[in-house]
Amino acid sequence: MLEVKNLKKIFNAGTINEKVALDDVSLTLSEGDFVTLIGGNGAGKSTLLNCIAGVHMVDEGQILIDGKDVTRIPEHKRAAYLGRVFQDPMMGTAANMGIEENLALSYRRGKNRTLKWGISNKERDVYKELLSTLDLGLENRLSDKVGLLSGGQRQALTLLMATLIKPKLLLLDEHTAALDPKTAEKVLKLTDKIVEEGKLTTLMVTHNMRDAINHGNRLIMMSNGKIILDITGEEKRNLTVESLLERFGKVSGEEFANDRALLS
Amino acid sequence: MLNIILGAVSLGLIWAIMTIGVYITYRILGIADLTVEGTLAMGAAIAANSISNGTNPYLATLLALLGGLAAGLATGLLHTKLRIPALLSGILTMIALYSINLRIMGRANISLLNRKTVYTPFQNIFEKYNLSTVIYPVIAVGLITVMIIVCFLYWFFGTEIGCAIRATGNNPNMVRAQGINTNTMVIVGLVFSNGLVAISGSLYAQSQNFADIQMGQGSIVIGLASVIIGEVLFGKRNFFSRLIALVLGAITYRIIIALVLMMGMPANDLKLFTALTVAIALALPMFGEYLNTIKNSFRRRNNA
Ligand SMILES: Nc1ncnc2c1ncn2[C@@H]1O[C@H](COP(=O)(O)OP(=O)(O)OP(=O)(O)O)[C@@H](O)[C@H]1O
Ligand SMILES: [Mg+2]
Repeated sequence: MLEVKNLKKIFNAGTINEKVALDDVSLTLSEGDFVTLIGGNGAGKSTLLNCIAGVHMVDEGQILIDGKDVTRIPEHKRAAYLGRVFQDPMMGTAANMGIEENLALSYRRGKNRTLKWGISNKERDVYKELLSTLDLGLENRLSDKVGLLSGGQRQALTLLMATLIKPKLLLLDEHTAALDPKTAEKVLKLTDKIVEEGKLTTLMVTHNMRDAINHGNRLIMMSNGKIILDITGEEKRNLTVESLLERFGKVSGEEFANDRALLS
Repeated sequence: MLNIILGAVSLGLIWAIMTIGVYITYRILGIADLTVEGTLAMGAAIAANSISNGTNPYLATLLALLGGLAAGLATGLLHTKLRIPALLSGILTMIALYSINLRIMGRANISLLNRKTVYTPFQNIFEKYNLSTVIYPVIAVGLITVMIIVCFLYWFFGTEIGCAIRATGNNPNMVRAQGINTNTMVIVGLVFSNGLVAISGSLYAQSQNFADIQMGQGSIVIGLASVIIGEVLFGKRNFFSRLIALVLGAITYRIIIALVLMMGMPANDLKLFTALTVAIALALPMFGEYLNTIKNSFRRRNNA
């Protein structure tokens, strides 16, 4: 479903601030894979997702989505294949527009925008039904501005928007990091449900080891722009925080102490 | 007195068209577009030049509209394709338009006295009823044009493309993630805005019976003043009432100006007056915060 080949991304090349954010990263996701991606601050997780989404153009390497080479395709065209939720709850929605208007925008992802009415009554019924599955009471607030919603409500809405049209790949970048623990838990549950029901191929970044272990069928760890661990199948199912830390210690000695604190 | 007010209303209606244009860029896209200073004069220049060459005044206004659309396109391309900051892109087009407008007119001003204008057919009607042929025809044309534009924009910003433009001004990251080319949306917004401003310039020149190369000077500030007055005085509930509020804001601005002039303010001080008004209006939210912090610190001191 996703093939990433030898990606290289360098920020501020040729200056003293030069930073190799992705260093020869290769990764293949099969259809239906739910991959959790973990790593310390600055490991390159967001950069990898942003390169896949076309926010950044890569310096080297190739990105294929469903067999199609998208490496040079601009962000807004790649969006046809991708659902995205960001860390910042403000990022995924238009605050000054209504809930239904936001949903209507994402209902047309991958289609050309025309002079047809921006939202139809038939859609409103669909949105109402979908919103009621969130159990947040949003189904009665269709025309409320999204800016009035809490962070958790906005992330739940963004998740719904990202999957309204089934994406070939769902990219979640620490989408629960800005929420309080209880709300984060809820949004994660919702994520599991949506991913499972839609059999979505998913790449989810998290800072939380436990979440990375408890969700998905495959776990990837990044450090310094490289993938250093890739655990799937039986091994992933039997993973514990201790065993993960141990394996992490084996692959990267010195940063261990530093990253251990960040990851726990 | 009534005539002064009605005169202000007629001017306000014409400037309401440019106010709506400024609203599209300033409020919807979040861009302060200085192109409009050149575009307003261009609308006037194109209309005056074609009318004095014998072109039908309605066709001349249509040509002015086309010119405005092109000016907006120029700024849009500078901003999105060449990645020049929006403010600077607008200034560049504005400066370029100064020369272009001089070329269009061939000189610094053109008189339209005794020419047929868009107001002529209406003048004939009002003449029959012994009403002012200076004010009422302008009000009539202004009202009709404003109504058409308000209805058109209300429809347009409800369409898929219109929604995409509104969202672009709100959160371009999100809009790109929904598969929309934000550059295109910014260009469309700038094009529409400047088209409206050019229409405004054309109608203004015809109502004043002349076009002048300086006509657009300070117009962005007048537009902003009208937008702010409209929003503060006439609310912003839904999109339709916002558009109406803009029209009322433009009219109110003209009435205020007429009144301060009547009270004896020298006409030369007008721009200073307008600039100060806008500066104060824009700073109001900050003053509010400032007051709050002062209040809070007093409260804390009293509690301590
Ligand atoms: N736009 C940018 N310009 C310059 N440097 C950048 C940019 N984006 C990221 N970087 C740098 O690239 C490196 C990787 O950053 P990235 O955001 O991918 O890390 P991350 O793994 O997502 O970290 P975190 O867990 O803190 O979100 C960092 O050193 C960062 O400073
Ligand atoms: Mg990150």
